[in-house]
Amino acid sequence: MAATVAVIVAAVLGILAVGGYDTPRALAALWNGAFGSTYAVLSATLVRATPLLFVGLSVGLAFRAGVLNIGAEGQLLAGAATAVAVGLWVGGLPPLVALPMVLGAGAIAGAIWAGIAGFLKVRFGVLEVISTLMLNFVATSVVSWLIRGPLQEPTRIYPQTLELAPSVHMPTLIAGHRLHLGFPLAIVLAVTVWWFLTHTAAGFRVRVVGASVRAASSAGGVNTARTAALVFLASGALAGLGGASEATGVTFALYEGISPGYGYSAIAVALLARLHPLAIILTALLFGALEAGAAAMQRDANVPSVLAAVVEALIVLGVLAFNHARTRGQRA
Amino acid sequence: MSIDAAEFLQASVRTATPLALAAYGELVVERAGVINLGLEGAMIAGSFGALVGAGVGGVGAGFAVAVGAGCATAAVMALVVLWLRADAVIAGTAVTLLSLGLTGTLYRALYGVQGAALSVPTIAPVAVPGLSLLPLVGRAFFEQPAVTYALYILGALLWWWISRTHAGLALRATGERPAAALAAGLSPVRVRAWALVFGGAMGGLAGGVLVLAQVGTFAEGMSAGRGFIAIAIVVLGRWTPVGVTGAALLFGAASQVQYVFQSLGWPVPYQLFLALPYVLTLLVLAGTQRRAAAPAALGAPLAEEAR
Repeated sequence: MAATVAVIVAAVLGILAVGGYDTPRALAALWNGAFGSTYAVLSATLVRATPLLFVGLSVGLAFRAGVLNIGAEGQLLAGAATAVAVGLWVGGLPPLVALPMVLGAGAIAGAIWAGIAGFLKVRFGVLEVISTLMLNFVATSVVSWLIRGPLQEPTRIYPQTLELAPSVHMPTLIAGHRLHLGFPLAIVLAVTVWWFLTHTAAGFRVRVVGASVRAASSAGGVNTARTAALVFLASGALAGLGGASEATGVTFALYEGISPGYGYSAIAVALLARLHPLAIILTALLFGALEAGAAAMQRDANVPSVLAAVVEALIVLGVLAFNHARTRGQRA
Repeated sequence: MSIDAAEFLQASVRTATPLALAAYGELVVERAGVINLGLEGAMIAGSFGALVGAGVGGVGAGFAVAVGAGCATAAVMALVVLWLRADAVIAGTAVTLLSLGLTGTLYRALYGVQGAALSVPTIAPVAVPGLSLLPLVGRAFFEQPAVTYALYILGALLWWWISRTHAGLALRATGERPAAALAAGLSPVRVRAWALVFGGAMGGLAGGVLVLAQVGTFAEGMSAGRGFIAIAIVVLGRWTPVGVTGAALLFGAASQVQYVFQSLGWPVPYQLFLALPYVLTLLVLAGTQRRAAAPAALGAPLAEEAR
């Protein structure tokens, strides 16, 4: 693990040197953007960690069951699009009625979107890696159509929807900060997923199927197809809820770049946490801080914020290498 | 009619060219049993490599660096999947993320924060004497940059190589039954490694084509999902060179349909047409019972007894 950290630090310092950036200034901006002030923590780091926590849980749960759902991005978009569509419609209702409807609609949409891949897998044996990837692109196209078609704002100038009414905004937790109810909601879900996996029979079946499909069905008498299908739905619902939370808590409208690839970062988030739901809280916070810091680094020191993607990718590769070293140690 | 069918076809073939090149690479990788989600990363690396290479030594150097950069991403992929025995899906995603991040960062670092539009020399379309005069299809297929003609030859070679040579047989055996391939004296690890390198080279070449034969400059993330489209193309083409070529043309045409509608003034939601090939891919997958056409060991890591 130390080697991985060393490689990442070396890569970041190397890129900063090659680009001729002011390294101390960039690193200071990175730190300050993530943790430097109450504002940085409550309006940047935690806000960016929230969608990552939802999709990280989505991917983590799926991977635990051996379901390679790489479609969290599409499921998040389905959730966000549906949440906005419903939100524009029920915005006149009181918040206590409207908001749960909007969030529920987002979760259901995510579940349906993942359910397509689940159905194709269980019924036709279609590899979910390919189907979920295809569905990501379909979701992107559908969003692109919605915001220029049925959901476009009335003046028909901008490719986006109208802003949601305040009654369907996620309440903020602390006055003057962007941190919203989505964050504690995601924490509660992380604990729920952990409890489900470790304390329920259904959770046990999920883990068994993830460990070995063959053993689960032959020795364990587990209906593996049914378990896999339910995992697809639950995983999609988590990602869809993440999209709904982002739409009602941060963007308040639907537009094309609503997710800067949260669904793909989720894989790194889940993997670094070794797929443990409680650890995903920590890794989502880490990646939220990284992305908040990278944005500040671009603002204050002109360092491109895509540097965060390099760090995320190196973390994933580092975890894969670390897993290898560990299993080899066990084998020896 | 206010649109030109020949022009539409020509644009479709132009769009299909990089898609088909990348898909040929992925075809070989998948026939060896690996799904390379790092293909998108190979393409963007190729695009960036083309910019750097062409800036230093012209178009030829641009293509060379593009292919080299694609190979580099494949080397990472091979190392992680075959040597570290990691999951290929996760590794591929990481390689793509790494490549998108590195090219974006280096582009801004090397060519300025604003990313001032740099233009590099591009190769012009060359009309094939005679053939380009054919009605309708002449200009579409025979008035294209030289890389498109290379594509035709490559497609034919690939068909012959996969179905008619010993090396092609080794490839197929590795993708169908790695353990049997090992028993026959082959090294599945080596076959998969070379397949990945070929796939990376083709991905890099495809990325180079975007810069050197089409756009004439680099933009962050300009591969724009084409590497993933190439993976869909391989599936839609049912893992054969002929099928893949046809599927690439279909995707190329689908992305041009929007311009047809715009010029006809039809208020048809073209965004949905962009989704059509993906939906079609899913339907084809569902229709081919139990993935009969897919290599049997596709997506399965090499078991201990196949190493």
